[in-house]
Amino acid sequence: MPVVALSKVAKTFASGVQALDHLDLDVHRGEFLSLLGPSGCGKSTALRLIAGLSDPSGGRISWGTDEPGTGETAAGPRGHDIGFVFQEPTLMPWATVAKNVALPLLLRHMRAGEIAPRVAAALDGVGLAAFHAAYPRELSGGMKMRVSIARALVTDPSVLLMDEPFAALDEITRFKLNNDLLQLWQSLRKTVVFVTHSVFESVYLSSRIVVMTPRPGHVFRELTIDAPYPRQESFRTSAEYAGYCRIASEALTQAMATAA
Amino acid sequence: MSAPSRPFEPERILRVVLPLATLALGVFAWHLVVKIYALPPIKLPGPGLVWDTLVDDRELLLESLGVTLLTTFEGFLLATIGGIALAVLFNVSRLIEYTLYPYAVILQVTPVLAIAPLLLIYLPQQGAVLACAWIVAFFPVLANATLGLNSVDRNLVDLYRLCGASSGQILFRLKLPSALPSMLTGIRIAGGLSLVGAVVAELAAGSGGAGSGLAYRIAESQYRLNIPRMFAALILLSIAGIVIFFALAGLSHLLLRRWHESAVSLDR
Repeated sequence: MPVVALSKVAKTFASGVQALDHLDLDVHRGEFLSLLGPSGCGKSTALRLIAGLSDPSGGRISWGTDEPGTGETAAGPRGHDIGFVFQEPTLMPWATVAKNVALPLLLRHMRAGEIAPRVAAALDGVGLAAFHAAYPRELSGGMKMRVSIARALVTDPSVLLMDEPFAALDEITRFKLNNDLLQLWQSLRKTVVFVTHSVFESVYLSSRIVVMTPRPGHVFRELTIDAPYPRQESFRTSAEYAGYCRIASEALTQAMATAA
Repeated sequence: MSAPSRPFEPERILRVVLPLATLALGVFAWHLVVKIYALPPIKLPGPGLVWDTLVDDRELLLESLGVTLLTTFEGFLLATIGGIALAVLFNVSRLIEYTLYPYAVILQVTPVLAIAPLLLIYLPQQGAVLACAWIVAFFPVLANATLGLNSVDRNLVDLYRLCGASSGQILFRLKLPSALPSMLTGIRIAGGLSLVGAVVAELAAGSGGAGSGLAYRIAESQYRLNIPRMFAALILLSIAGIVIFFALAGLSHLLLRRWHESAVSLDR
């Protein structure tokens, strides 16, 4: 049974723009799923629909009922158990790193005594334990994004939704964060849905890639990336990686050609 | 990571010394003009005479300064509270905004000098003076607070909603803190303007008879052709304005220095 299942999901905005049409997508427990597509194909919209930040104009989004997630930290407007990472770090500039990470717990009225160890653990997980008292403006772009990831993980959600989180970072920082994210994913056993427009990033990270068509977006092709984890930098230069990138690139090109 | 303070940096010294030198030069030129043309005090009193008047009339003038400052402070406080409260109300309800915003604009664009005589008819004098200070000062607070509340990061709002935040939590934990820099901009403007409002109202009231504020002293001195005292009162008003400006700039810096770009020193 999938964690989340989207069936025949459509989304038309008030402006009349049809972002999604007939999107069928199952998210399986524990997988690292990438939504790959050109900008404006509705992949971010799909993520927002899954998060419950907006409602589909057609179709159904159903959550598996056998959620093993910790009940008291259930998140989201619909009470689903998710963490969300935005394209920008989206931190509160007036609050310290620790306060930013504590936010989801604070908003759920958790007691301070319980919050502190969770925040410390989350910051430790992204390698920023030493920066708990720093303010966001004192951090680099990559560090801000790490704080954002720690905040998404602090409630221990079973599903992590990420909307092009590394798109604005330089390549060196992005590679480093790719590796750290994979490590976190493996050690914490989360389900990740990752939106990206980068073929290379999606192949490196994912166990499965869904290639989407241009607007109105729906699934064009699914690719399983069968390379074993843990993947390290050596994977980036392997023939296997290059092969998958070629397949994903071709699929993306064909998907683009369905427009016109 | 607070920047180490280096008080002996040439740049900083210049920023203090240059304005002070200009002031000294101006006063000296003033003194020379009075001396050379042998101007009588009734046309232009020299700086020495103004200083003497300031010292001799200090009791009267300081008492009047106190009256004006109290009005200014009350008007400023009401403007700040009223402006922020109204901005929050507008933010909570579109209908209230549509209903009341035009009137806020009308109050702002109608010159207070023209309203003051009317207010003096319908309100007790102290109330009218206070109302003037408030009318002039509240709009910048309202406008800037509204701007701040409306320009909150949409993604952060989404994040709060994802975390199941109530609208009260979004207002107090997200919108108000993120609007703080804009609100402080409005408050800084309001500080200077409430002094203007108080002075304008006192001048208007002064012609009506009673009154004891500093602006009233200026008007009174004018009738009596006591020009040195006019200058002395004017100087006190300027100093009051300068103190208000620096006090509010300091408050703003204190509140924002840890996180806002506007308060971060340039020499990083």
